[in-house]
Amino acid sequence: MSEVDNLLASREMVLVAGSGGVGKTTIAAAMGIAAAQRQKGKILVLTVDPAKRLATALGLDEVGNTPVRIEPAMFTEAGVAVRGELWVAMLDTKAGWDELIRRHAPDAQVRDAVLANPLYQNITSRFVHSHDYLAMEQLHDLHATGDFDLVIVDTPPSRNALSILDAPSRMIEFFGSRLLRWLTVPYRSRLFTVASKPFYQVADRVLGSRFLQDIADFFVLFQAMEKGFVKRARAVEALLADARTAFVVVTTLETAPSHEAKFLAQALLNRGMTLGAMVVNRVLPARLAGNDAIASANALLEARPELADAVAEQLDDASPVTVAAVLAQLAERFDDVALVASRETERRAELATFATTMLDVPWLTGDIHDIAGLGKLAEYLRVDSVNG
Amino acid sequence: MTSLLDLDLLWVTGKGGVGKTSTAAAIAEVAARSGRSTLVCEMDAKGALASALGVDELDFTPVEVASNLHAMSMSTEDALREYLRLFVRIPFIGRIGPLAKTFDFVADAAPGVKEILSVGKLCFEVREQNYDLIVVDAESTGHIVSQIGAPKVIADLVQVGLVREQTQWMLDILNDADRTGVAVVTTPEEMPVTESSELLRRLTLETGVHPAVVIANRVLPVLFDRREQAVVDQLDAALPTLINAVGPGAGAVLEAARFTDARRRTGAQHLGRLRSELDAADPPLNIPIITVPELFARNGGRRVVSLIADGLADELDIEIPSDR
Repeated sequence: MSEVDNLLASREMVLVAGSGGVGKTTIAAAMGIAAAQRQKGKILVLTVDPAKRLATALGLDEVGNTPVRIEPAMFTEAGVAVRGELWVAMLDTKAGWDELIRRHAPDAQVRDAVLANPLYQNITSRFVHSHDYLAMEQLHDLHATGDFDLVIVDTPPSRNALSILDAPSRMIEFFGSRLLRWLTVPYRSRLFTVASKPFYQVADRVLGSRFLQDIADFFVLFQAMEKGFVKRARAVEALLADARTAFVVVTTLETAPSHEAKFLAQALLNRGMTLGAMVVNRVLPARLAGNDAIASANALLEARPELADAVAEQLDDASPVTVAAVLAQLAERFDDVALVASRETERRAELATFATTMLDVPWLTGDIHDIAGLGKLAEYLRVDSVNG
Repeated sequence: MTSLLDLDLLWVTGKGGVGKTSTAAAIAEVAARSGRSTLVCEMDAKGALASALGVDELDFTPVEVASNLHAMSMSTEDALREYLRLFVRIPFIGRIGPLAKTFDFVADAAPGVKEILSVGKLCFEVREQNYDLIVVDAESTGHIVSQIGAPKVIADLVQVGLVREQTQWMLDILNDADRTGVAVVTTPEEMPVTESSELLRRLTLETGVHPAVVIANRVLPVLFDRREQAVVDQLDAALPTLINAVGPGAGAVLEAARFTDARRRTGAQHLGRLRSELDAADPPLNIPIITVPELFARNGGRRVVSLIADGLADELDIEIPSDR
């Protein structure tokens, strides 16, 4: 078995992380297909990307919080043979929050009050980190139901990939914060609390007392749900470090993504979490930068004038002048590709010091937007490359 | 692009990894070189703008990094400090530390508060006419709506109070297409183009801010004209001759060119799709798509920024023809 098949067979949860634009969603989907090809059972790919890309890639018009099974016929059509069932779900942040509130609210009154609070409605759709936390929360949920043998999560695009790892502890911290305690002391008496006086004076002048009251109301309600939330966040935190969970870091060999990948790999290491594999996406084919190619490009530049006639003779309707121009262009442009390829080789070597499994995916000239394409990608993931 | 540089405030956004920061720095450089007093501001304090400009680090207080070119890094805490000093006339600036920390928590939870402080700071610089142009290295496409839409959200949410009053003048600046615009940076690839298209079509509706331009970054050059392409297409027939003359790597050299050209064509298709999606929008988005060539230099930094600036200066006002 290849490394990727081992990884997908030995874990119950795989979190696909990395900086934006490196192809996380596509890699997560391809891993889902790879797993379905080799394993019986139910495999779920959970995407949290608001851009609804996975749905497009898998030919599904609409995917929501509820997992949807990809029709076996679609695999047959695409010529991809699967043994298991592949399911897809997409995190709907708003619906996810509502679900959480329903679960953790101590009674119907609190539940309805929170759901109707104008701030709640805004926070859930705009709170930047809420995607991160909800992704973790839903992962825990899906795992706890035991409905799926393997859950692959395409993590949200974050400014900082670490915010996913920290999301549960931030939630716990939030409930324990002085701020929440302040905000939830009944509004009137709070004005007379010496400690909070300067804050409220300023906040009052800046935000206006009505807005402050809205905030306070919201947090009073929110605090009623503390127990459930904190307990859940702890469980989610534990799940991330569990032996059944592995992370896959996806990166390209460009400067910023590989920097982020190194940072993320190091953070996983520091937290005792498992880096199952590093996927290096859009790698230039190595032969394009080989010594043979470089030597030939240089020789071509030299030999071009004499070669042009000989080559032109073998082609239909080609003037030696045009051929000479083509050969020159081939030789000169090769430097660009070679330069990029050699830089990438260097970066890949740096990244390889962090991960025991490196999976290279070549730069495919066509975009991947269907199951057949994802199946091809799965095959690339299976090609084990020699590390180091 | 002449009109682009005549704006007061330009937000530069783009999907992660497309070169948003380098492009923002390059636009600022073009503006500064054209004689405009320019401020470029990084919003996420990641330090990417500092390295793009080749300086050690940036701070809330702008520094002049080149002639006419000033740079700063946004800090919500400093923005709050300045705001309180200017508008609330709070004297105890020294003791604001813990307050700001607390405020940070509120800001994290209360929608738009954090954003409005930073957006407000930039609008304030516009209002005071401290610069000819302010270029903002803004949030990525996924978050830009929350960022520049903050004043609108606050205006909707907050009924009274100082903040409410403050949002109106900000909205006057932000919603004026002659003063404020958004530049969306993309690469000619499927996902960045799709996200750019989605963003552009909902931007004005959700934030009131108008798109100004799409900047297609890392666009590959056309390697061969039609006659040359005909030669390339049948060059395999002469491959033995080539290998004989220049060695066994001749095949790879040919493949590299074909590979680059295939990528270019795919990219051109995506940009063509973007153009038609923008034209088909209701109302049509007649903003130009200008291109910056692939530099084949993947290390960021000052040199790359200057090269992008050269490219931008060349491409001003030139729309990319759809590829067909």
